[in-house]
Amino acid sequence: MTDITSTSAKGGPASGHGEGTRRDFLYIATAMVGAVGAAATLVPLVDQMNPDASTLAAGGPVDLDVSKIEEGGQVVVRWRQRPIFVFHRSKKTLDTMQSSQMISLLSDPNSEVVQQPPYATNWHRSIKPEYGVLVGICTHLGCIPLFYPDASATTPVSNWLGGYFCPCHGSKYDPAGRVYSGVPAPYNLPVPPYRFVNDTTIRIGENPADSPAWDFSAIRQL
Amino acid sequence: MSGYSTYKPQSPFMQWLERRLPIASLIHSSFIAYPTPRNLNYWWTFGGILTFMLGVQIVTGVVLAMHYTPQVDFAFDSVESIMRDVNYGWLLRYIHANGASFFFLAVYIHIARGMYYGSYKEPREVLWILGVILYLLMVVTGFMGYVLPWGQMSFWAATVITNLFSALPGIGDPIVTWLWGGYAVGNPTLNRFYSLHYLLPFIIAGVVVLHIWALHVVGQNNPTGVEPKTEKDTVAFTPYATVKDAFFIGLFCILFAYFIFYIPNYLQHSDNYIPANPGQTPTHIVPEWYYLPFYAILRAIPNKLAGVIALGLAIISLAFLPWLDTSRVRSANYRPAYRVFLLVFFAAVIGLGYLGSQEPTGGYVIAARILTLYYFGFLYVILPLLGLFETTKPLPNSISESVLREGSPAGASAPASGA
Ligand code: HEM
Ligand code: FES
Repeated sequence: MTDITSTSAKGGPASGHGEGTRRDFLYIATAMVGAVGAAATLVPLVDQMNPDASTLAAGGPVDLDVSKIEEGGQVVVRWRQRPIFVFHRSKKTLDTMQSSQMISLLSDPNSEVVQQPPYATNWHRSIKPEYGVLVGICTHLGCIPLFYPDASATTPVSNWLGGYFCPCHGSKYDPAGRVYSGVPAPYNLPVPPYRFVNDTTIRIGENPADSPAWDFSAIRQL
Repeated sequence: MSGYSTYKPQSPFMQWLERRLPIASLIHSSFIAYPTPRNLNYWWTFGGILTFMLGVQIVTGVVLAMHYTPQVDFAFDSVESIMRDVNYGWLLRYIHANGASFFFLAVYIHIARGMYYGSYKEPREVLWILGVILYLLMVVTGFMGYVLPWGQMSFWAATVITNLFSALPGIGDPIVTWLWGGYAVGNPTLNRFYSLHYLLPFIIAGVVVLHIWALHVVGQNNPTGVEPKTEKDTVAFTPYATVKDAFFIGLFCILFAYFIFYIPNYLQHSDNYIPANPGQTPTHIVPEWYYLPFYAILRAIPNKLAGVIALGLAIISLAFLPWLDTSRVRSANYRPAYRVFLLVFFAAVIGLGYLGSQEPTGGYVIAARILTLYYFGFLYVILPLLGLFETTKPLPNSISESVLREGSPAGASAPASGA
């Protein structure tokens, strides 16, 4: 670069007093346009890997008639390719969720981390206590936690109180999807946006009328 | 370093070519006249084995690609049809699948060799770092290949491994969605993994060229860690190294063939013969054996972000070895304390590999934590301190001296002289 500028200086007006020449300006301007151009080219090359239009379009809301789920049972539906657990909790399960023994085991018992919409930020992490709606993806590394609703001395681990157990690296969640402390999963299971369209049907993927603007991507982590 | 002979083209055609593209003299000086230390042992044949295995993977991979379909509804069936319908398809797939394992076996031995003989030390730092890059590329390539048959293990390995990125605060989830091209591992993921699985081996081949180039600039290390000083310390690459490499590749292939023909599924998980089911996680997810030590480190740490950082650091730290090791003596043969700590380190890695294959409960987690602690303790505490306090054994004056001292005279061409 020095060589070229000094050569050009011979033919052009005197320079070399530490001032930039017109040629220096051209070099810098060219390099900058080139850099901006290269960055602009990267945008499509990188963005093409994001979910495409058809994937996004297939992510619309899903309806489920919850009255068909027997008490103590769980149904799994898919919303945006993700398994959604819909759990019809029994009275006993609701008692476990409130017991001090269970709460003492949990890492975030009051759901302080935003892993649920505001209308599910309560002790049962749902709109109606008897119906739990959760994204069934372990917040550790994405396995599907197994459903063990009943207390058991041995299964899946000793002194089990009931809830979800992830087979991959042993994370444990209570029946409301609240994560235990001392397990690899860092956060509670997410609650997707959903609302009751009538007394018995939920629509997953839509907020209730009173908080229409809540955005699912605001959760801390899927 | 000077070679033994210089290439002089004989035929008029070769002379004509030499003036236009001196490729024959490049090959001659790199692979024929190139001087190699005369005391290299069989641990030095693994570089040749690795090059050979890369060739095996590329040839079988390109052929498999002629029959494989990267689409979620057909991928599993296309691999099954390779196994049942395509002529010799079973053989090609078993070579490729077991080839990945043997490729990794060779690379681990190759890395261990480098650590034992201090091959990463000045002036071989760049050569060593290129090696770590090659290993990283192999890890990524092997992982993406494992996803292609689209069995249960393929799917869930893809899910768990891509989710490692979700540990990163803030940018984690967008990165994972970007990697998947959807809300979960699916068809876009399979497609891009196929594209990259095809591409990366050729990138590896390119980096291998740089690796060998760097090797030929600084020369090979050797079991004494003393640099060659005179021509008596070296022999020509051809025939000495070529024949020795070829002989050991032959032995390696016998073991390789035993796996291919007698126990082709020994290293596979039976769950991967079940088509991928996004609705059901297998009860026990384990990665391929060659990732197990790192998987054990991940699971040993009860915090997600810390676990992922430890996993990454465990691999990346290898690149820092030239600066973590403060001793100027290369070979462990002359560093009695280092030798013991290093052999325990190798045992710890194997132990972690075993623990990574077991269910993460009680005693296994505690054992994994202890070994993880040793892994990092060795790299970041023992290595830097040892170089300052250790008493090393006296080094031989030259390679030829060490060869002649240790056993019977190595040959008439090498008179005993210290120099
Ligand atoms: C660095 C070298 C390579 C490594 C370590 C590697 C590794 C793997 C692994 C572990 C699998 C899964 C095998 C199984 O369980 O069935 C696989 C599959 C596959 N690979 Fe590679 N591979 C390499 C190079 C290549 C190349 C160069 C190509 C193509 C040009 C290729 C094409 C394929 C195809 C089509 C499959 C799917 C068929 C199958 O599963 O057998 N591979 N690879
Ligand atoms: S994915 Fe659930 S514990 Fe790791």
